[in-house]
Amino acid sequence: MAARWLAALKTPAGAVSAAMLFLVLAMAVIAPILWTGQAEEINTRAILQGPSPEHLIGTDSLGRDLFFRLLVATGLSVKLALAATGIGVTAGLVLGVVPSLLSRRIGRLVTAFVNIAVAFPGLLLAMFFAVIFGVGQTGAVLAIGLATAPSFARLTQNLVATQSERDYIAAAKLAGVGKVQRLLRHILPNIAEPLVVTATIGAGGSLLAFAGLSFLGLGVQPPAYDWGRLLNEGLNDIYVNPLAALAPGLAVVIAGLAFNLVGEAVAETLGTPMPVSGRGAAPQRVPQASTAKPYTAAEPSTDGADSKAVLTVRDLFVSFPGPAGPITPVRGVSFSLARGEAVGVVGESGSGKTQTALALAQLVEHPGNVSASRLEFLGQDQLSSPSRARRQLLGTSFAMVFQDPMKSFNPTMRIGVQLAEVAQRHLGMNRRQALARAADRLRAVRIPAAERRLRQYPHEFSGGMRQRAMIGMGIMGNPDLIVADEPTTALDVTVQQQVLRLLSSIKEENHVAILLISHDLTLVAQVCERVLVMYAGRIVEDLPASDLAGRGMHPYTQALLAAVPDMETDRDRPLAVVPGRPADPSQVPVGCAFASRCPKADDQCTREDPQLVEREDGHRVACWHPSRGTGRERVSVELKLHAVALQGEAS
Amino acid sequence: MSIATRFVADATVSPWTGFVARRIGRLVVSLWVLVTASFLMIHLIPGDPVRAALGSSAPGALVEARRDALGLNDPLWLQYAHYLQGLFSGNLGTSMTSDLPVAQVIGDRFPATFEMAGLAFLLAVLIAVPVGALMGVLTRGGRRRPTELAFTSTSIVVAAIPEFLLAVGLVYLFAIQLGWFPVAGRSDANSYVLPVVSMALGSAAMLSRIVRVEMLSVLGTDYIRTARAKRLPNWMIYFRHALPNALTATLTIGGLMLSAMVAGTVLVENVFAWPGLGSTIVASILAKDYPVVQGVVLVYGIGVLLVNLLVDIALGMLDPRSTIKES
Repeated sequence: MAARWLAALKTPAGAVSAAMLFLVLAMAVIAPILWTGQAEEINTRAILQGPSPEHLIGTDSLGRDLFFRLLVATGLSVKLALAATGIGVTAGLVLGVVPSLLSRRIGRLVTAFVNIAVAFPGLLLAMFFAVIFGVGQTGAVLAIGLATAPSFARLTQNLVATQSERDYIAAAKLAGVGKVQRLLRHILPNIAEPLVVTATIGAGGSLLAFAGLSFLGLGVQPPAYDWGRLLNEGLNDIYVNPLAALAPGLAVVIAGLAFNLVGEAVAETLGTPMPVSGRGAAPQRVPQASTAKPYTAAEPSTDGADSKAVLTVRDLFVSFPGPAGPITPVRGVSFSLARGEAVGVVGESGSGKTQTALALAQLVEHPGNVSASRLEFLGQDQLSSPSRARRQLLGTSFAMVFQDPMKSFNPTMRIGVQLAEVAQRHLGMNRRQALARAADRLRAVRIPAAERRLRQYPHEFSGGMRQRAMIGMGIMGNPDLIVADEPTTALDVTVQQQVLRLLSSIKEENHVAILLISHDLTLVAQVCERVLVMYAGRIVEDLPASDLAGRGMHPYTQALLAAVPDMETDRDRPLAVVPGRPADPSQVPVGCAFASRCPKADDQCTREDPQLVEREDGHRVACWHPSRGTGRERVSVELKLHAVALQGEAS
Repeated sequence: MSIATRFVADATVSPWTGFVARRIGRLVVSLWVLVTASFLMIHLIPGDPVRAALGSSAPGALVEARRDALGLNDPLWLQYAHYLQGLFSGNLGTSMTSDLPVAQVIGDRFPATFEMAGLAFLLAVLIAVPVGALMGVLTRGGRRRPTELAFTSTSIVVAAIPEFLLAVGLVYLFAIQLGWFPVAGRSDANSYVLPVVSMALGSAAMLSRIVRVEMLSVLGTDYIRTARAKRLPNWMIYFRHALPNALTATLTIGGLMLSAMVAGTVLVENVFAWPGLGSTIVASILAKDYPVVQGVVLVYGIGVLLVNLLVDIALGMLDPRSTIKES
């Protein structure tokens, strides 16, 4: 705990606020000892004077020096604020802990009471208590203390409740540790840190509240004086000597800020993990996208047919700034998509599939950096600066379907409005026409009672229906390309098939190209004609979907296939996995990124990165040792596909 | 509670009705706690409140007569019953210093406080929403670090200055030095400027930070990515898709702020000698005029409860899911 507080105080903001707080606290101790004499010396010849060299901020109605009074008042102001905070924390802790110790019913009652009390502003509670405890110093301390108790109680309750759900508390319970013991030995030490932080911030609040009460005349009573009292007296003379009011006000603000900022600084550091010192080998930097050498050796087979291509991309790079140099999730992807063609992109998570899709859709967010030597959609260059015409083209012809239909619709807008705005914006329709189009599109994606559904909110749709509505939104225009990023991952199996069949039928009916991103090989094989296998930000194999079963040449493709369980998989044995871990996009090795996991890897593989070269017609591989797999995979995948098809019929 | 909830869920009434019913139920319980607390307040004061109010030199007979008149010699339960009965008929008792009915005192003073708090809240929202939303858009995804730093530090400092201290500063600058506005009092429109601004600035700073943070988190959501994938122009993404969502989340905290503002009037009214409830309650506490204190505490408390209720209902209307999420 102490180490983390120190870390917080090493940040610039932390250091400055800690210095401020130290000064305030030091002044609170020292000033009353040193200067009480000067502060209380009455001088009838110097009444209500303005600032002068003898009296820096003037004198009061008894000729006392206001500067020294201000300094000495630090003591009482801080002392009272701390006392009130102490009372507040203690009462809050008791109220917060009681629900977990006493019977359920009493606990609930206490919680309800705290909830009601929390709704009232602190100052109002403080005034209420000030009436009960009487006007004066003691009354004000009690009042402010009790007024801050409810919010502490609420915090404590929440913290205790969260801790109680932790496994180690369950373990302690099982071990027979009693309620009180659990609380004192296990829970309280673990929630001490946030409580101390809140108490620090709370002390700042108490200081301000006390200044308020004293200013109103309900707090410290003469002849005693704190900052609020000085302000109260100074305000009457604000015409004669403005500093008499401004200086104590400034003192209150500075002291309040000091407590506040220290608390905030520590809270911020607690929220973030401690920086790890002395890390291992420095991660290898990947050349930045802009300076990277383009991978131009292999020209894709579809090159000659570019005029027919919906989408063409060459040397696509996506990079993000990272703490240790740029992270490059996509490193030189090149391929083309023909009209009406369905292409799957497969690979493990982190292989760069999604970033590739977002880059193609030009949706990579700052600070991501996208570069390519060529990016064309429907024959139009997409690398030049964006224009209105390009927006319109993309808005009507380039559709996206995202992974999580729960989160991809705006929760506060009706489905109809969300669909219609595409047509209103890009097709020049009015609201009525656009809504009619939206209803038509919902019917096209087989959503019954389309008109009624248009008026509903996303949360009133089921998951599968939402994903169909998302596809419906994509076909509001007349898309030539639908990019679907894991469109079925968040759905259950029966619904998955509906969505896939819908995508397939849209492709057939409207001759739309589909780029289907998925980690699921069987699913891709079901919908797509061609498959791109990605590993560590590059395409390692580009092959016809029919070749997946046993005709894949890259060892990674083969390993992926072998990891797909099928009807013949022995259930008593552990599931096959691709051995090793995927390459870290922040430190991609020099040679073939797959070499460390590849059974065929040799010196050449760790030295040089293989290019994506065409081996057969329509089959590209990036491997130094490409070879066909055994026949077993082919059989098993066909079986698996058959099984999936059966499942689809059943649903 | 669970039975009631299940009943509401099973019945064919819309979830909206159930939601409003639950909220009003909560309001009634809170009101009862408030009324009871304000009733007990006078009995929790150590010693005799009448003796304290009249002073130690007052003759015993006078104190007794006043105690009788106030009903303080009745058994506690009877006093409570009388108190509740009085509340329902709008009778809040009589001031011990001016002999005016408390209801009349409150009626005279309430408009000044209501105007000040209402205008201040309006001003705070009018400043905070555009500024916070703009800062959110400008600094999204870690853009423009220096702007972010300048905004965050300025707003932290402004928010940390309590209203009444800000008021003192503003009075010095704009009333005494520049003479643009009156120093105190409530008269023409000019006299409203300083009290309202000093109430609004701190809240505006705090609220704009919250709006910015909410805006940032909304701009990072999947549905904003969807909106961008639809190639909507930026203004539509920010105003139509992002802002309403950012504001629903802001509203809860805005409500807390508004109820804190209700209490903040007490201090600011005393800086400006504003003839509202705040200066009344302080004067009454100092004069030990307990019936007035009781009445004003009740009014402030009801104000806070109403604000909370309105915020909850507004939330329910803005966010179609909140009725479902409600437990």
